[in-house]
Amino acid sequence: MESEKMATEITPKGYVNFFEESHGLKSWIFTHDHKRIALLYFYGVVGFFLMGVVLGLLMKFEMITPGETIMKPQTYNSLFTLHGVIMVFLFIIPAVPAIFGNFFLPILIGADDVAFPKLNLLSWYLYVIGGIMALSTLILGDGPPDTGWTFYAPYSVKTGTNVIMAVMAAFVLGFSSILTGLNFIVTMHRMRAPGMDWMKMPLFPWALYATSWVQVLATPIIGITLLMVVAERVLGVGFFDPSIGGDPVLYQHLFWIYSHPAVYIMILPAMGLISEMIPVFVKKSIFGYKAIVYSSLAIAFVGYFVWGHHMFTSGMSGQARVVFSILTFLVAIPSGVKVFNWVATMFKGSIDLQTPLLYCMAFIFLFMIGGFTGLVVGALSADVHVHDTYFVVAHFHYVMFGGTGFAFIGALHYWYPKMFGRMYNKKVANIGFGVLFTGFNILYFPMFILGIQGMPRRYYDYLPEYSTWHKVSTMGSWVVAIGLIIIIANLVKAYRKGEPATGNVWGGITLEWETKSPPPLLNFDKPPTVTHGPYDYSILNK
Amino acid sequence: MEATVHATGHVAHRDDEGKRMGMWLFLFTEVLLFGGLFIVYAAYRFINPEDFHTGSQHLDWVIGAINTVILLTSSLTVALSISAIQSGNTKKAKILLYLTLAFALAFLVNKYFEWGGKIHHGLFPGMEEFKHLTHGESLFFVLYFFMTGLHGLHIIAGGIFIGFILYYINKGEVTSESYTLHENAGLYWHLVDVIWIYLFPLFYLII
Amino acid sequence: METEKHIVDDKKNILIWVDLLILTFVTVEIAQFDFKTLTILIALGVATFKTILVGYFFMHLKFENRFFKTMVFLCLFVLIAVLAILFIDYSYR
Ligand SMILES: [Cu+2]
Repeated sequence: MESEKMATEITPKGYVNFFEESHGLKSWIFTHDHKRIALLYFYGVVGFFLMGVVLGLLMKFEMITPGETIMKPQTYNSLFTLHGVIMVFLFIIPAVPAIFGNFFLPILIGADDVAFPKLNLLSWYLYVIGGIMALSTLILGDGPPDTGWTFYAPYSVKTGTNVIMAVMAAFVLGFSSILTGLNFIVTMHRMRAPGMDWMKMPLFPWALYATSWVQVLATPIIGITLLMVVAERVLGVGFFDPSIGGDPVLYQHLFWIYSHPAVYIMILPAMGLISEMIPVFVKKSIFGYKAIVYSSLAIAFVGYFVWGHHMFTSGMSGQARVVFSILTFLVAIPSGVKVFNWVATMFKGSIDLQTPLLYCMAFIFLFMIGGFTGLVVGALSADVHVHDTYFVVAHFHYVMFGGTGFAFIGALHYWYPKMFGRMYNKKVANIGFGVLFTGFNILYFPMFILGIQGMPRRYYDYLPEYSTWHKVSTMGSWVVAIGLIIIIANLVKAYRKGEPATGNVWGGITLEWETKSPPPLLNFDKPPTVTHGPYDYSILNK
Repeated sequence: MEATVHATGHVAHRDDEGKRMGMWLFLFTEVLLFGGLFIVYAAYRFINPEDFHTGSQHLDWVIGAINTVILLTSSLTVALSISAIQSGNTKKAKILLYLTLAFALAFLVNKYFEWGGKIHHGLFPGMEEFKHLTHGESLFFVLYFFMTGLHGLHIIAGGIFIGFILYYINKGEVTSESYTLHENAGLYWHLVDVIWIYLFPLFYLII
Repeated sequence: METEKHIVDDKKNILIWVDLLILTFVTVEIAQFDFKTLTILIALGVATFKTILVGYFFMHLKFENRFFKTMVFLCLFVLIAVLAILFIDYSYR
């Protein structure tokens, strides 16, 4: 088999990889190559992620003592708003699709680029413009918004801070996300290599397929909602302000009609990454390929109709609350199917405990905690108690950071050699993982306890009885920071001095391992033909 | 536009169906963009049925009906122009597209006078007369201006798209062999028409 | 990967246009009568029928493969389902 040959062969010099293809700033910012666009996104997304981390660290430092520690209440309000806006719209939503999706989707399906390369570049420009707009609220207008990333009306209509700019930023970023999704759907429909029928497509593309539909069909709703907020502020007309006849609960409906499906834009591609990585490190076919495919589609579909679970205490009708609670429990089923499949894949496999697999296992563990506490907040009666407390904050950080964040860093370790053609120090990578995982739990687990005890989220101050767990949590944030520094330093060092990586570092059999590291401009020397399923490791024995 | 062969032997095919698929997906985002507004409309009409009725009495259904006919006819001319370009009759295709643009302009002029009339009577948000409306009536007018305004912007965008098609026909880039861009402009224009098909009864004909 | 060319002749297009004009007339006429809650449903029904005509014939959906039709259906289903679920809140509040 071709893949076996590649596995042992050191990448020969004397081909031109996509880095060497052309040089200079212009060759990057006007590129149509999906791999370069992915890297452009990579630098942007990581930059914003670090900004979000710094804001988070500052918030945690403020909370180490009750009352004023290092900042005034208004600053704190702006910090948690900006932290949310940056992490949601500029990090988690674009992170996996725009970086790994752009880089690997075409390669995984054996194509030489996405369907609309120019549109792809336009998406990146919109991303950058949106990012700049979001940051500009720091210096323009009357200060950064203090509404929380949810921009709930009527406060967002009345506050004096620069809500308009932040909201327009989210609008532009939404557009960028829509175009990426549109591009991916057409790419998967039209550009799969000969022999790759739908049921031979790897699971990361499948996850992106489900995600892309959510991006296309849900994002416009938030776009128009945010435009209504702008109109309300500029023209003084009453869409959502109850004093002029509007219904603020309707704003919450519209916001969550997008933002709950958006949760799946964040987590589904990460689940795809996990499904992609686990078989490689246990050298075993994925358990229940079709079940994973259909559960992705089911999550995306059912996820449209559960938005109301964010609004149990908002004054919605009782009947609606019950319906939303039931529907929410339904979404847990396909998520559970996936977890079961991952564990079953590892069962009796020949496990090779490399850094990416560690992240996969951490993902499963943290996602389980996040998922089960999700059922607690999805259950109508329990949610009334913990709504808007630290319990919710802990829940979504376990899902978003513990889930998507860990999958993102794991995939970075998995594909780093392929993307940059160099290998990092595996020992340091494992240490970085250990520190991050430990710090993560010290940072967020106490928040569950605080939440149960009744500590409300987004509060600047707290009663003395909460101070122990707040202190523990703040210390955890420092451990997380150290972990991130180790991971980043290790990868940066590898970029400069790492060992050259082989074409097939981990012995995988999906298409990206059949090309060189880093890939040439059009990904493959000759367009590939697919003969076996994506995780059919039995071919190694033939 | 034609198939290009790269140095490495990769052949880039022109994919008409893929381009149409991309356009349809874009149309879905437009449908849901307006969908959000229809949701708001539905909720507020449900809460204020009487006020929406009295609000609707301020609008002249004859103007609305005329505009509906104008847009339907412009949809016809676009459809005819696609058939014309497919059969190689460039001149006919161009005339039909110019006709479409003329209809678009007529629609906007009509809209201009309609809005102008409302503003003249002080029925625009923030004006004196507007403050005397009930909550439900003011929501009706806010939605009326927001939705028809956004629709008007889409008419302008569609007109620009059609203008580009005319330019490409002149340059010989849209031909009887390569007309997907023309079809896509047509798709966009039809969608704008469809949205109006719903706006008309929802604003002008409320019992 | 070029798809075959489907040329619709002008007569057919004009026929669809005449149908659309008739339906517009029907919408206006029917709006004179008060059928209570049915009124809005009738108006939306006629509009939807017009939309189907435009989509199927003018937008060439009839020539596209099944996936295109499924996509359109899915998009509209999502919108309608969202609206229906929203009204579980509004009708019981
Ligand atoms: Cu949710």
